[in-house]
Amino acid sequence: MKMLINVPETVVSDALRGLAAAHPELTVDVQNRLVVRRDAPVADKVGVVSGGGSGHEPLHGGYVGMGMLDAACPGEVFTSPVPDQMARATAAVHSGAGVLHIVKNYTGDVLNFKLAAELAEDEGIDVRQVLVDDDVAVTDSTHTAGRRGTGATLFVEKVAGALAEAGAPLDRVAATARKVNECSRSFGVALSACTTPAKGSPTFDLPPGELELGVGIHGEPGRERRGMMTAQEIADVALDAILEDLPPGGPVLLLVNGMGGTPLLELYGFSSHVQRILGQRHVGVARTLVGNYVTSLDMAGASVTLCRADEELLRLWDAPVRTPGLRWGC
Amino acid sequence: MEAVLDAAFFRRWLTRVTAVVEREATALTELDSAIGDADHGSNMRRGFDAASAAVDSEPPDTPGGVLTAVGRQLISKVGGASGPLYGTALRRAGRALGGEPRVSAEQLRDALGAAVDGVRDLGGAAVGDKTMLDALVPAVEAYGAALERGADLAGALDAAAAAARDGAEATIGLRARKGRASYLGERSVGHQDPGATSTSLLVAALADTAREAS
Repeated sequence: MKMLINVPETVVSDALRGLAAAHPELTVDVQNRLVVRRDAPVADKVGVVSGGGSGHEPLHGGYVGMGMLDAACPGEVFTSPVPDQMARATAAVHSGAGVLHIVKNYTGDVLNFKLAAELAEDEGIDVRQVLVDDDVAVTDSTHTAGRRGTGATLFVEKVAGALAEAGAPLDRVAATARKVNECSRSFGVALSACTTPAKGSPTFDLPPGELELGVGIHGEPGRERRGMMTAQEIADVALDAILEDLPPGGPVLLLVNGMGGTPLLELYGFSSHVQRILGQRHVGVARTLVGNYVTSLDMAGASVTLCRADEELLRLWDAPVRTPGLRWGC
Repeated sequence: MEAVLDAAFFRRWLTRVTAVVEREATALTELDSAIGDADHGSNMRRGFDAASAAVDSEPPDTPGGVLTAVGRQLISKVGGASGPLYGTALRRAGRALGGEPRVSAEQLRDALGAAVDGVRDLGGAAVGDKTMLDALVPAVEAYGAALERGADLAGALDAAAAAARDGAEATIGLRARKGRASYLGERSVGHQDPGATSTSLLVAALADTAREAS
């Protein structure tokens, strides 16, 4: 597989140098693998930190900035960062108001953030953790590592960031972040496997006439393989899985997310089917976001995330945000 | 001559493991791409390269010191699940060996037991979940049983290596219940677990180090 890289070993560092050059409003520590708001720590503000393997860009480094994350720690491709990175990020954004860790539910991320929280607490920093586990494709949470964190991570980071920016205390930021996760559900499909730089070839074999339903964001195979379906049929399957599990309530935030290798033309078309089906099922869509936000390298495919949103969540969603990957209201 | 379990022994083990991981990295990554995310080989290589460099630059003078240093490097350099799990296993083993310059075969047994406890505490997995524990637990049991029967260190470690290899191979028939492979459900059956496989390599390297010395 051809890639726009020099060598696999430096892809993450090279990308961080590029991010630094393009975004002087961020402090990028290439050596220690940290992306931090230039004005951190912001006085009296709860720090919001996330991190995870690289390959999901713009997640997480692209969401560092006013109104969202204070810092992100990128790991190797699809590999959780290490506790030292997370602890350093936590110290860099700690103003005295405590720090929230937003962690996607993967064994590696959970273990490393757990060790990092212990390190930070040894330094006297008050840390809370919110686990994102929105992927309904994982139906058997008892006999697995639990539901994966996917598209809802964007919602959690945006809402927690907005609330922290507004000056809310740590416990409230953490509680609201948890609420966003509890109100969110996602389902993803892959039309192709992705190719990690280290391996150089697709992570699994997906024949031309088939697709994979219920994939995560790490190029891992999903739960079921079927013959190729139309966008409308895929939207039906995804929404069946999501709506069966989504708590009832008011309108939703909708994310139609590209996995990295599907053109926006297709994503918007797919989104039209999603919107229409939601209309038929009397689910009101309050806000829609279409694009590549939580990606899986060059994988073709998409995921749908819905979040039941009350007035407060919508207000926080609409609050100004200025990051490389998400920007409005300012 | 019976191998002596001193700092030099564990440094030789580290050198051997680093070379084995280098040689097997592609194979480990292949196993991981079938049921995981295709990075186990490169992660292990990065971790043991860093551990070797750290131990070479400041060589600890006790077995416990070597294992603790390796564990610390794995935690701070690897990431993923394997970094914290292997790192915690080795740090616990190192702590169990304490500050003695030479340890006995029985002390090694207790240290291996501490490593198992560390992995269980942090990861929450049990035998049969298709994880590194499926190689580590039988290895530690076989080692203890061989010592009971009066085997010497090399003999007991050979028994441990065989049990680890068998345990790793037996993961082929298991359905994963922890880690990323668990998301595949029944589709994880039929593939050997990468973590159990790397564990069997680490144990085999212990046996080889002992045989080389005796």
